[in-house]
Amino acid sequence: MTHIEVLGPGCAKCKVLFEHADKAAKELGLEYDIKKVTDITAIMGYGVMSTPALVVNGELKFSGRVPSAEQLKGILS
Amino acid sequence: MSTLQTTASGPTRWPRFLLSMLGALVVWFALYGVLQPAATYFSRDLLRLDPKAHLGSAVEFFIFEAPKVLMLLTLVVFGVGVVRSFFTPERTRAILAGKAESVGNVMAAGLGIVTPFCSCSAVPLFIGFLTAGIPLGVTFSFLISAPMVNEVALALLFGLFGWKVAALYLGTGLAIAIIAGWVIGRLKLERHVEPWVYEMHAGAAGPANGSLTWDERFVQGLEAVKDIVGKVWPYVLVGIVVGAGIHGWVPENFMASIMGKGAWWSVPLAVLIGVPMYSNAAGIIPVVHALLEKGAALGTVLAFMMSVIALSLPEMIILRKVLRPALIATFIGVVAVGIIVVGYLFNWLV
Repeated sequence: MTHIEVLGPGCAKCKVLFEHADKAAKELGLEYDIKKVTDITAIMGYGVMSTPALVVNGELKFSGRVPSAEQLKGILS
Repeated sequence: MSTLQTTASGPTRWPRFLLSMLGALVVWFALYGVLQPAATYFSRDLLRLDPKAHLGSAVEFFIFEAPKVLMLLTLVVFGVGVVRSFFTPERTRAILAGKAESVGNVMAAGLGIVTPFCSCSAVPLFIGFLTAGIPLGVTFSFLISAPMVNEVALALLFGLFGWKVAALYLGTGLAIAIIAGWVIGRLKLERHVEPWVYEMHAGAAGPANGSLTWDERFVQGLEAVKDIVGKVWPYVLVGIVVGAGIHGWVPENFMASIMGKGAWWSVPLAVLIGVPMYSNAAGIIPVVHALLEKGAALGTVLAFMMSVIALSLPEMIILRKVLRPALIATFIGVVAVGIIVVGYLFNWLV
């Protein structure tokens, strides 16, 4: 089971990252759940200063970028 | 040989990428060079418009300015995008942490230009800076400089007003960020930051986005072009259409009595009008350019522009999460005073 979290206060880029990550995980055929994390305390807990950021299974993968679904496949698999 | 290079990955690929970038740059300059004669030809010979009539003057203005400004914007945004691939907010924070206040203000204002920043992540950035021990005033120097001295504003100023005005804007924008941040630091306003901010334990810095290859840096530059130019071009065009209208129809010196040097009250008024206005630099600068042509004073026009760009209501609302109203009011007040001083200075100098 892969847990995917998209960190961000809800800006336009955060929504795009959520969609890309969802698409990438679906196309990889992963067994996964995905959620948005908008709480600033939770976001800061990962030391993130530029949103959106991606957390997979509790590990911060990157911040401040919106990679394409194709690029995200490499990060998720 | 060429097939070998195209299929190879990693370091062997970047000379090829560099060559295509150089090629694109040559094409860019060639195109830029023929814009003026092409616009003249199109308007006077093809459309048979009289350059001295209202319509002819406006059309020629638009056909020359619109592609020129969009080309400059693309080039500058690409360049800044590549430069920004060297900086992340995490790295900027590491540079600023532990710096003494005055030096910190200067560095924070400078880093505000080259660090990727979006006002939607102003809050995490603010908390990240404070919890790393960066003083409040230094943090503000960064938060003032980052939106005010932006690449879109600089590209448009350079394109429409020339390098002198662009340099003036850059210099005075930095000066306001440094001094306003320093003043906020001296005022000891830490108690007006929401207390939970200081209690927050920010996790260790996330993974540095790693060292990138030149390939990836160029790609980031191109992505910045797609992202920023893709978003602002309609505003630029609308701004230039309005500017072209002013250029063609508004009489010379029309603005002199309202926004000219003689009207002392015009600078504070321009700042006041600018605060609630939230337009991006892209839409406002072409209009401002046309106003200047009709007799508005440079200082007044600069003040108006800075006020629109640097003091934006949406950003204040975002920052309200971490700042108490007294601190927000001080922030607006200090920056507004700085902008007014700059406005008077240029009306007096130029």
